[in-house]
Amino acid sequence: MTPAFAPGTRVRVKDHWPERDGPCHIRTPHYLRGREGVVDRALGAFANPEDLAFARPASKRVLYHVLFDQQPVWNEGAPQDKLLVEIFEHWLTPAEQH
Amino acid sequence: MAAPPRPESLALLDRLVAALAAKGIVTEAEIAARQAITDRASPEVGARMVARAWTDADYRRLLLTDGAEAAERMGATMAGAPPLGVLENTPARHHLVVCTLCSCYPRAVLGYPPHWYKSFAYRARAVREPRAVLAEWGTAIPDDVEIRVIDSTADYRWMVLPMRPAGTEGWSEDRLASLVTRDALVGVALPKAA
Repeated sequence: MTPAFAPGTRVRVKDHWPERDGPCHIRTPHYLRGREGVVDRALGAFANPEDLAFARPASKRVLYHVLFDQQPVWNEGAPQDKLLVEIFEHWLTPAEQH
Repeated sequence: MAAPPRPESLALLDRLVAALAAKGIVTEAEIAARQAITDRASPEVGARMVARAWTDADYRRLLLTDGAEAAERMGATMAGAPPLGVLENTPARHHLVVCTLCSCYPRAVLGYPPHWYKSFAYRARAVREPRAVLAEWGTAIPDDVEIRVIDSTADYRWMVLPMRPAGTEGWSEDRLASLVTRDALVGVALPKAA
C-alpha cells in the first residue's frame, strides 16, 4: 500500500465529528481535528479501527506519524515543543497553500 | 471468618469468557497463555534493551529501526503484540509517551502500565502542559530542548530510549540496566548515575 503523503508534507486533520452522528470508534484525538501538521513518516498499513471495532470487514489504511506544534493547539506552552501522533490517511488532507 | 464476596466484575468476566469460548473466538488456554506472557513482561526487559543499546551500536540501530526484533532478541514475546517503536532522546530532544484515548502502553517490554499512566490527569495534561507534568516528577528539561509528546493513539506502541547518564563509562550492561526505570522508559524521568 503506497502512502499518499511523503515525509515533510504539510497536512490538515479533517474537522470531522462522526461521533455526533452515532456510535463510532475513532483513533483521531479531538484536540487535533482541523489542525495542521507535518508528516514525519508512514508507519505501515493497518486494519481500519473504525470498522474493526464493530466487527465489520476492515480494509487496511496507511497510518502516519504526524508532527504538530503544541502552541497553536493549546494557545499555550513552549514554542519548541511538539506532539507526534498516529493518524490514519483517511483523516488527512493536504494543507492549504499559504 | 467468611471469605469476602466474589466481585460482580469477576462473574461478568466468567460469562464473557464463556461466551467467547462458545463462539470459538478464543479458548481459555489461549487467554491463560497470553496472560502468562504479559505477567513475564516487566520494565526489566526494556531496561536491558536500553543498556544493550548504550553499549552496542549495532543493537542500537536495530532498536531504533525494528523495536520488535530488538525486543525478541532480549527474550520478549512479540508474537501477537503490536509493532514496537523506540524514540531516541538526544541532547536536543526529549520524548514523553501518553495515550490520551485510553491506555496504549508497550506491555510486551514494560509489563502492565502503572495506574497513573491510565489516569485522566496524566492523559489530559501530558499533551497540553508536558513541562509542568515533568516538573512534578522532578524532571527538568532545559528550555533549549524540544519536548516531543507521543500520543499513542493507534497501532504502534512506543518506548523511549533515554540518554546514557554521564559518569557511567566502563559500566557493565547489568549495572547500566539497573539505572533504567519504568518511568525513564515512558519519559517522565531520566536515568541518573547516583
